Amino acid sequence: MSKIIIKDLVKIFGDHPEKAQEMLKEGYDKDDILEKTRQTVGIFDINFSVNEGEVFVLMGLSGSGKSTLLRCVNRLIEPTSGTITIDGEDITLAEPDVIRDIRRNKVSMVFQRFALFPHRTVLDNVAYGLEIQGVPTAQRREKAAQVIETVGLKGWEYSLPDQLSGGMQQRVGLARALANNPDILLMDEAFSALDPLIRKSMQDELLSLQNTLNKTIIFVTHDLDEALKIGDRIALMNNGTIVQIGTAEDILTNPANDYVERFVEDVDKTKVLTAEGVMKAPDPVVFLKDGPHVALRRMKEHGISSIFVVTRERRLAGIVLAEDALQAVKEHREEFRNIIIEDVPKVSIATPVIDVIPVLAETKFPVAVTNDDDKLVGILVKGSVLAGMARKGDNIA
Amino acid sequence: MPKLPIGLWVEQIVAWAQVNLEGLFDFITLIIEVLVTRIETVFLTVHPLIILALVFILLWSLANPKVAIGTAIGLYLIYNMELWEASIQTLALVLAATALALLLGVPLGILTARSNLAHKLIMPLLDFMQTMPAFVYLIPAVLFFGLGQVPGLFATVVFAMPPTIRLTGLGIRQVPAQLVEASDAFGSTEWQKLTKVQIPLALPTIMAGINQCIMLSLSMVVIAAMIGAGGLGDEVLAGISRLDIAKGFEGGLAIVIMAIILDRVTQSFGERHR
Ligand SMILES: Nc1ncnc2c1ncn2[C@@H]1O[C@H](COP(=O)(O)OP(=O)(O)OP(=O)(O)O)[C@@H](O)[C@H]1O
Ligand SMILES: [Mg+2]
Repeated sequence: MSKIIIKDLVKIFGDHPEKAQEMLKEGYDKDDILEKTRQTVGIFDINFSVNEGEVFVLMGLSGSGKSTLLRCVNRLIEPTSGTITIDGEDITLAEPDVIRDIRRNKVSMVFQRFALFPHRTVLDNVAYGLEIQGVPTAQRREKAAQVIETVGLKGWEYSLPDQLSGGMQQRVGLARALANNPDILLMDEAFSALDPLIRKSMQDELLSLQNTLNKTIIFVTHDLDEALKIGDRIALMNNGTIVQIGTAEDILTNPANDYVERFVEDVDKTKVLTAEGVMKAPDPVVFLKDGPHVALRRMKEHGISSIFVVTRERRLAGIVLAEDALQAVKEHREEFRNIIIEDVPKVSIATPVIDVIPVLAETKFPVAVTNDDDKLVGILVKGSVLAGMARKGDNIA
Repeated sequence: MPKLPIGLWVEQIVAWAQVNLEGLFDFITLIIEVLVTRIETVFLTVHPLIILALVFILLWSLANPKVAIGTAIGLYLIYNMELWEASIQTLALVLAATALALLLGVPLGILTARSNLAHKLIMPLLDFMQTMPAFVYLIPAVLFFGLGQVPGLFATVVFAMPPTIRLTGLGIRQVPAQLVEASDAFGSTEWQKLTKVQIPLALPTIMAGINQCIMLSLSMVVIAAMIGAGGLGDEVLAGISRLDIAKGFEGGLAIVIMAIILDRVTQSFGERHR
């Protein structure tokens, strides 16, 4: 179901948008319009919708209009024309008190430079949203303390923001946004100010939080690596409008135009990369002789939902799903027969990555990588392949 | 070109106000007199040394020991010069003037920060108020309020209020835009944004404005005494008219002591909010 629907959205900065609007319709570009009318086109011709529980990434170079678009969603910026619909309600022209209500209960925001209130403790920063809703002190502090624990900052409640590292400050930013229990999170380059290692761990954390929270997230970034890693879908923006919307695979394999192609250029160079270059070690696996009990335990240990089965010679025998293994264990069956799926997606180590992507896109299992002797030497999972490609692409370039 | 009757116009405006706003002025006079006498009686009914001790304890715990000790020495000196009563009168005037200046100045400052139009209108007016020689305010003050403490206070407020307005406005404008945006993004009302984010973050700057306001009020003490505001200003004026160096110097010294005390005390409170 579409949580957010955006139609024909335009934002023109300046006092006289009418003329600029007309010029847009006639197909003039941003620079012409700025020169002729002194009005800046922030965004135009924006159409997309975001599904419930989806992580939707807005990506593009500096000045492409990402922040402007994001701020239209909670009306921090008033759009010039077009409509924004949240949960079926058109909020484009909603009164200030309705907007306030939406900001309090439905849509929260996380900022690039954290934007924490320096005069408030971590606890009172996180409780801010509840405070302005009039929630009594004890109650809002309790709720805030809970959320602080969720983001791993227990023990820091009474510190001031500037006593915390960047990564911790952004956890506070995230906690502050989550404390209102919103359905929708708007994140504007939320991790861009963090150094690479912290950034990566924050991405992982966001993904794992998202697993349990299932929010609808619009995430702005100018980093392709980040977009590929966390986005269910990605919208590429250029010069104020969206040039392509799609999954990571769509965008990498079918760039809509030169701009997108250039953006993913580094990744594209990985056509020379093979499956071997981006695969993970085949760990864990189970042997045919092991049986459902062992398989189930390994899966539990590693927190995975399926596991490859190999013969004594490490040839690929198939894959077993956790739910099937559980069933077999319950029925006291000792063998894999009946539950092993033999028809698993597999590629050879020499397969170019670009051909791996469609295979990955079509299956819900990891993809097995086998060598010339048909032995299992690696596995491929979606996120890691795409991210790996983006990284290795940089090295090659 | 004939001389423009600018002075005459102002005279006519003042005359008009004098006739038509008499009730208002009387009302203001009454309130201020009550306010000032209250402050005076509170301080004058208690023995100076007890006040000194109380102030010392208060500052020791709220500000810092250095300020507390300095203030105690200063107050003792004033007591010793037998200028206690005059100093209390001056203090009452300064405090009342500052209170009024804050009451008017802080909201006006907030207004200039929130509205560009207000900013454009008020700023030139402040320049005018600050550069017009303070003596000039004495004339309408006397016409409106007669002689005594109230016209002194009126002239003092006009002269001392500008920095409060300016620094309040500046402090609020200086609150980082991203924090204002964050406050909006969580659904704050304008009032909540002001009281929970903007004013707390502007507080050090606002305190600097209050400090300046007090200093300027003190600088008006002698001028205000010319129209009967009394206090330490009277001592200095008497010293001048009788060419009595001793009297004039002691009165002046007491003003300086009060200035230093009030400056340090407000500054140390400003720092606490940083
Ligand atoms: N308040 C404003 N007034 C005038 N022009 C603006 C305003 N805000 C943004 N713009 C213009 O709108 C365009 C889009 O800006 P926006 O901040 O949305 O870009 P962005 O993609 O978020 O860039 P960045 O990666 O640098 O944050 C730019 O040309 C910018 O100059
Ligand atoms: Mg931006």
